Amino acid sequence: MLIKKPADIRPSEITSRDNYLNRRKFMQAAAFAGGSLVGGDALTAIIPDEKRAKLAGIVPSKYSTDEAPNSFMDVTSYNNFYEFGVRKEDPYRNSQSFKPRPWSVEVSGNAEITGSFALEDFVKPHTLEERIYRLRCVEAWSMVIPWVGIPLADIIKQLKPLSSAKYVAFETLLDKEQMPGQRSRSLRWPYVEGLTIAEATNPLPILAVGLYGEVLPNQNGAPLRLIVPWKYGFKSIKSIVRIHFTDKRPPTSWNIAAPHEYGFYANVNPEVDHPRWSQARERRIGSDQGSGLQSLFAAKKQETVMYNGYGEQVAHLYDGLDLRRNF
Amino acid sequence: MDTVRQIRLIWKPLAFLVSLVPFALVAGDLLGITGSLGANPVEEIQDRFGNWGLRFILIALAVTPLRVATGWNWLVRFRRMLGLFAFFYVLLHFLTWLLLDQGFMLSAIAEDIVKRPFITIGFAAFLILIALAATSTINMRRRLGRNWQRLHNWVYAAAVLGVWHYWWQVKLDTSDPAIYAAVLATLLGYRIWRRRKPPGRSTS
Repeated sequence: MLIKKPADIRPSEITSRDNYLNRRKFMQAAAFAGGSLVGGDALTAIIPDEKRAKLAGIVPSKYSTDEAPNSFMDVTSYNNFYEFGVRKEDPYRNSQSFKPRPWSVEVSGNAEITGSFALEDFVKPHTLEERIYRLRCVEAWSMVIPWVGIPLADIIKQLKPLSSAKYVAFETLLDKEQMPGQRSRSLRWPYVEGLTIAEATNPLPILAVGLYGEVLPNQNGAPLRLIVPWKYGFKSIKSIVRIHFTDKRPPTSWNIAAPHEYGFYANVNPEVDHPRWSQARERRIGSDQGSGLQSLFAAKKQETVMYNGYGEQVAHLYDGLDLRRNF
Repeated sequence: MDTVRQIRLIWKPLAFLVSLVPFALVAGDLLGITGSLGANPVEEIQDRFGNWGLRFILIALAVTPLRVATGWNWLVRFRRMLGLFAFFYVLLHFLTWLLLDQGFMLSAIAEDIVKRPFITIGFAAFLILIALAATSTINMRRRLGRNWQRLHNWVYAAAVLGVWHYWWQVKLDTSDPAIYAAVLATLLGYRIWRRRKPPGRSTS
């Protein structure tokens, strides 16, 4: 269950007794949830440690859009993941030797269940869902992506946050050897993000482990990443190693880098422009919309929709909040 | 063959063809012959044309310092062509933005030029380059007399605005525009240094 360590280190030296007991509690809670929700092992989430391996037992979701998804090629060759470089093709180019296993997630802060969990144990109690979501980048382009993942709310419920947990903070792996982008000071590392507890327990956010029915490719944030479809893409933090429950608003990477350009909320909002560009429209990526000159004219811009079209599910979270100030 | 003829018949046509290579590569990538433009072809084309526009401005501005440093006075015969290639690539960059990025939506275009400072300064640089390109012929040079040089000194303003435009639109990592800025600062610094030098020792 634990990640392999050299044999001369005893498990008791790595994991405190409290954490060990917490883990047992987690597994019990997990077994309970698993038993009551899905009834049986058939739908437990298993993530093979092999590139492009098929994921089994995926169920569809009512939250999926029926818009046509972008091609696997588009999704895996054009994205931002500054840990692997600042250009759109850098994640694809520089992440191929990245090792997403073994992997563990540390849960800390104001929750009943904390400690370090092997990825396998972390996801096992849950059922994988396909969520076909629109993704709107703060740079005014968008895609439609068929993620596979677990509702974040289910995971949070199991970790039993205390009433003092007002926010959930996330942290990406810090590993300069494997993530060459972290050698440059483009952002402050490790990458950090956060949600309010109400946002995190909304039914829409997922922790994704897959894409197109397969194991999540390295360049898209393997092995575990957040997807928050009504916020700009940078909120959906990748390669998560830590989940922390806190009573204070956690720092977030882009907000640290440029506070007047990127806020904590970062909700998709066509009426609040980025200081340097308009957010009213977006270009839907699609290199497969024909070839040659045709592809240039096919890539039309479309109107950006409030909350990226997920207002029905999330607008109530921001009742009474000045969205111009809280951008 | 004397040097002047050699330049006109061999080296200038050759430089012309080499200067067209970035354009040919875009066309080749678009048709899938030489490579691909990736998932966002419009952005890719716009970036490449903009980059080459800036590069040619800097190359054209490097002609005089290089000529003075090496004594190769024939270099000046390439300067107009290099400047016109800068205009060519900036024009393509502008047209990509106008027709493909904005889809010729006039309201959005006007809003962008007025409301986005980085577009405002890029557009200003483009207007300067139009004036320089339009007055680049020998005929215009004769007609404008001393004013021609005065007008064409605006190329420095266009270069500064161009690099600034690039710097400003980058999301975070300014290392690429910083290289352009450093080259431009060197080229402008050289000119300031030369002006302040005692006239007797000047080589030009």
